[in-house]
Amino acid sequence: MATKVLMPQLGESVTEGTISKWLVNVGDTVKKYDPLAEVTTDKVNAEVPSTVSGRVTEIVVPEGETVAVGTLILYIEESGAAGGSASPAQADAPVSAPAATQASTAATAQAAAPAVQSAPPARQAAGNDGAKQRYSPAVVMLSQQHGIDLSRVVGTGAGGRITRKDVQAIIDAGGQKPAEQVAEAQAPAAAPAPTAAPAQTAPAATPAPSVDIPVATGDQVVPVTPIRRTIANRMVQSKHEAPHAWTMIEVDVTNLVNFRNQVKAEFAKKEGLNLTFLPFFIKAVVEALKEYPMINSTWANDKIIVKKEINISIAVATDDALFVPVIKDADQKSILGIAKAVDDLAARTRAGKLTMDDMTGGTFTVNNTGSFGSVLSQPIINSPQAAILSVESIVKRPVVINDMIAVRSMVNLCMSLDHRVLDGLICGRFLQSVKQKLESIGPDTKLY
Amino acid sequence: MAVISFIDAITMAMREEMRRDPNVFVLGEDVGVRGGVFRATNGLIEEFGEARVIDTPLAESAIVGVGIGAAAYGMRPIAEIQFADFIMPAVNQIVSEAAKMRYRSNNDWNCPITIRAPFGGGVHGALYHSQSVEAMFTNVPGLKVVAPSTPYDAKGLLKAAIRDDDPVLFFEHKRCYRLIKGEVPEHDYVLPIGKADVKREGTDITVISYGLTLHFCLQAAEKLAQEGISAHVLDLRTLYPLDKEAIIEAASKTGKVLIVHEDNKEGGVGGEVAAIIAEHCLFDLDAPIKRLCGPDVPAMPYSPPMEKFFMLNPEKVLEAMRELANF
Amino acid sequence: MTTKRHEQVGLTDAQVLDMYYYMLLARKIDERQWLLNRAGKVPFVISCQGQEAAQVGAAFALEKDRDFLCPYYRDLGLVLVFGQTARDCMLSAFAKAEDPNSGGRQMPGHFGGKKYNILTGSSPVTTQVPHAVGMALAGKMQNKDFVVYASFGEGSSNQGDFHEGANFAGVHKLPVIFFCENNKYAISVPLKKQLACESVADRAIGYGFPGVSVDGNDPIEVYRVMKEAVDRARRGEGPTLIEAVMYRLVPHSSDDDDRVYRTREEVEEAKKKDPLIVFAAYLREVGLLDENTEADMLARVQLEVDEATEYAENAPYPTPESTLTHVYGN
Repeated sequence: MATKVLMPQLGESVTEGTISKWLVNVGDTVKKYDPLAEVTTDKVNAEVPSTVSGRVTEIVVPEGETVAVGTLILYIEESGAAGGSASPAQADAPVSAPAATQASTAATAQAAAPAVQSAPPARQAAGNDGAKQRYSPAVVMLSQQHGIDLSRVVGTGAGGRITRKDVQAIIDAGGQKPAEQVAEAQAPAAAPAPTAAPAQTAPAATPAPSVDIPVATGDQVVPVTPIRRTIANRMVQSKHEAPHAWTMIEVDVTNLVNFRNQVKAEFAKKEGLNLTFLPFFIKAVVEALKEYPMINSTWANDKIIVKKEINISIAVATDDALFVPVIKDADQKSILGIAKAVDDLAARTRAGKLTMDDMTGGTFTVNNTGSFGSVLSQPIINSPQAAILSVESIVKRPVVINDMIAVRSMVNLCMSLDHRVLDGLICGRFLQSVKQKLESIGPDTKLY
Repeated sequence: MAVISFIDAITMAMREEMRRDPNVFVLGEDVGVRGGVFRATNGLIEEFGEARVIDTPLAESAIVGVGIGAAAYGMRPIAEIQFADFIMPAVNQIVSEAAKMRYRSNNDWNCPITIRAPFGGGVHGALYHSQSVEAMFTNVPGLKVVAPSTPYDAKGLLKAAIRDDDPVLFFEHKRCYRLIKGEVPEHDYVLPIGKADVKREGTDITVISYGLTLHFCLQAAEKLAQEGISAHVLDLRTLYPLDKEAIIEAASKTGKVLIVHEDNKEGGVGGEVAAIIAEHCLFDLDAPIKRLCGPDVPAMPYSPPMEKFFMLNPEKVLEAMRELANF
Repeated sequence: MTTKRHEQVGLTDAQVLDMYYYMLLARKIDERQWLLNRAGKVPFVISCQGQEAAQVGAAFALEKDRDFLCPYYRDLGLVLVFGQTARDCMLSAFAKAEDPNSGGRQMPGHFGGKKYNILTGSSPVTTQVPHAVGMALAGKMQNKDFVVYASFGEGSSNQGDFHEGANFAGVHKLPVIFFCENNKYAISVPLKKQLACESVADRAIGYGFPGVSVDGNDPIEVYRVMKEAVDRARRGEGPTLIEAVMYRLVPHSSDDDDRVYRTREEVEEAKKKDPLIVFAAYLREVGLLDENTEADMLARVQLEVDEATEYAENAPYPTPESTLTHVYGN
């Protein structure tokens, strides 16, 4: 009897996934844990592994199609199951394949068949328990008719209530993008939601899928890949929901440059990796976050959740996409530890080996726009975080010090903040703290 | 088009209908030589004579009951009850007789009487010259209850009431009589009984009212517009049978509904309006249906601070509207 | 040879025989309705028994198709003279669709019908009095010369609507006959607990028009005073109040038990003056009725009542959905 393989739930609030590529053909023999397909969801690209050994008998969902979690995607005739050696219960039970690259956290295997009394769906437990929202009938009706996830809607009514007008505005704007953002706000105890990429420079305005823009002769039409779609949706959502404010300071990092030049050779030799400037910036940010925990928070409609953990998201670009893996517990790491984490995440991003866990739980984002020569950027907040900081190129500039002109290594730090959560004053103080820490770097700075 | 007062529109309607149809006549206390205590029938006796502008004995049940008999025979009586507060002796005639004649006779008889009654307070009229009694009659099938708020509506609806083949109770807010002025065509026109009227288009909240308080709502809406709050204002105009379609449409438009009337809240017209909305608009509702009404006390006291406390005003209405908008 | 009193008041032999016929028909319809009620076939009866002479005598002084009636619930004899039939009454008793009063909507006794010049009536007593005044006012305004007849019980003469209506009619000198059928009881409450004045007729003086008391068991006397009142009204001299004194021979309604508030002796005494007996005796006395003609008339009435009962019992009810019709005209 053929085992049913279902679309797994790749992330706690994910409701659907796209088969971006089948890695098996009908007739192929697969072993348990062999990859079956590449699946793209709002949160992650993942290889879905087989849960059984056997032969692929039928592929149900074609490539490119998006189906709901729990949908049957293919059949595998189990090897050794012939003659009915498998119990009927096992054979009948649809098996939901866990994501290949996924740790045990989020995607609890969720069976569609009632016969399988597995663990309760993680999403239900995580998503609804903390939700104290009360919705008016109109809001519920409209959201259902238009497929709007109310947990992602920012209310403008009394006490942050979502009003009918709030929902109507989303509908009028072409509907809600399918990005998922719910978990952190609603269930602080659950694994933080993974985040997609923040913009690095100019905001990428993504038109709604339905917008009809004429294509002129000679224009090249580039299909929107799932990851591009996710990025686009996330950008729009962040810009739509979080009122962005922006500020910038300049920091004299001459001492940092000198110090790094002094130690980098020995560091490379000893640790086997290049010491870049980024870990120093991250370290300064983390230390400042400890002083101003409100920056390390998230907007949750009727409340603001100040996060205990300090997990720094870093933007890592590939040729065609952008990922934001997370340095967990960055406040417990030395500059070396941060450097190693950055190096590891960057390498695995480029190799396409990021796990769900790698992408979840960020509380603040540092974006190294200087790596491609930018001196000024207005980053889009990596929602639902409250702020993002971009580190621009370090450039030598004439600077007036004590009424004398000196050549100094200067860097601009640009910060976008969710003005619902943060105001200019606290961000100014936070940036001053970052600046003070960076400018104090010198021979006494500890790398380990 | 002339700008005239609410009461002049009432007089104009009666005069035009009396000229148009010899079966139309007026009866009531002081309606003749005095021209009515509010002067609503001013000039009618001079033009039409005392046979058609009848000063009756001081007996409300007879004013209505005699009117009913004449109406059944084929006349078009306009019976004036001097103050709505004094309609009580005539309630049996209105409710048991006028309202039921057609039904109980299986469509053999009908009763085309119009009963006019000034209602409402804010005129230092105390308990018995200030009441809003409409809710007593908005549960009586067979009867139509009209309460216009503007001179234009007053003329068009009163003429419609006089021509209606069924009994119409026509409530005129006495504070509107000289306070509210508006453009009224001098030509003949009627407005449909049973149809509410959108007095202001808006998108944030829906306010439903009638009579004097309708004007408070419009004034408040004007002020709120400056705060960026857009109010949709529906004038019920007919209180029974209610224009359910218009109520549903107006309520659905914004999903936030405030019902305003001077009559006390419990058992008032607003409760029925709210029930219609609750029955039909659940999935359009974005806030609890709110009512702003007179307090549930027997009637409006005489002492000025007490009267002021009882009465609604544009500020009270504005506050309620703003609160709902912010919900 | 007894004087033919009826000729003195202008009634012909044929007319008084007709009067007796209507009285007998009313009585027999009434008796049949009681039987039907006790047999469980009709839910309610309200009686005219003992009041037929007054009703028929009054009706004969009016002009059918010209004058208007605003009757009360006991006026079976009156409406028969104005054109309602035994069949109409039985259709009403059975609440059938063809009931001319209300299409089965109202209880029996709630008479009405434009084709009979009878204004529709209700159960709250005396509301018809101002209506009669209003109809008379309308007639005056339209220069019509009809008279409006409003009848009611002596209990109703206490209602505000009686006084308000009578006063209005007096002030405006309207052609209305206020006809009080004083049957001595307002359900259970006797006359002495209802009125402080000697008679209901005394009340007219307060409204500036004549009040006359008359023996309600004598249709000729009732006719006489009615005729005078009608003539006054037609001459534009205003209303008259007539009190016809009689006795209600049966309980208030099929739901009443009169034994708790009046003695059997009192009722038996009254039955000796039963207007049908008294009037039949007069007709025999003046040679208009003998055993044969009386038997013929009774047979004719019984046949009418039988046929009416048969027809009404088999007639269709109104459709349930018709409950919703005729609330408004448009």
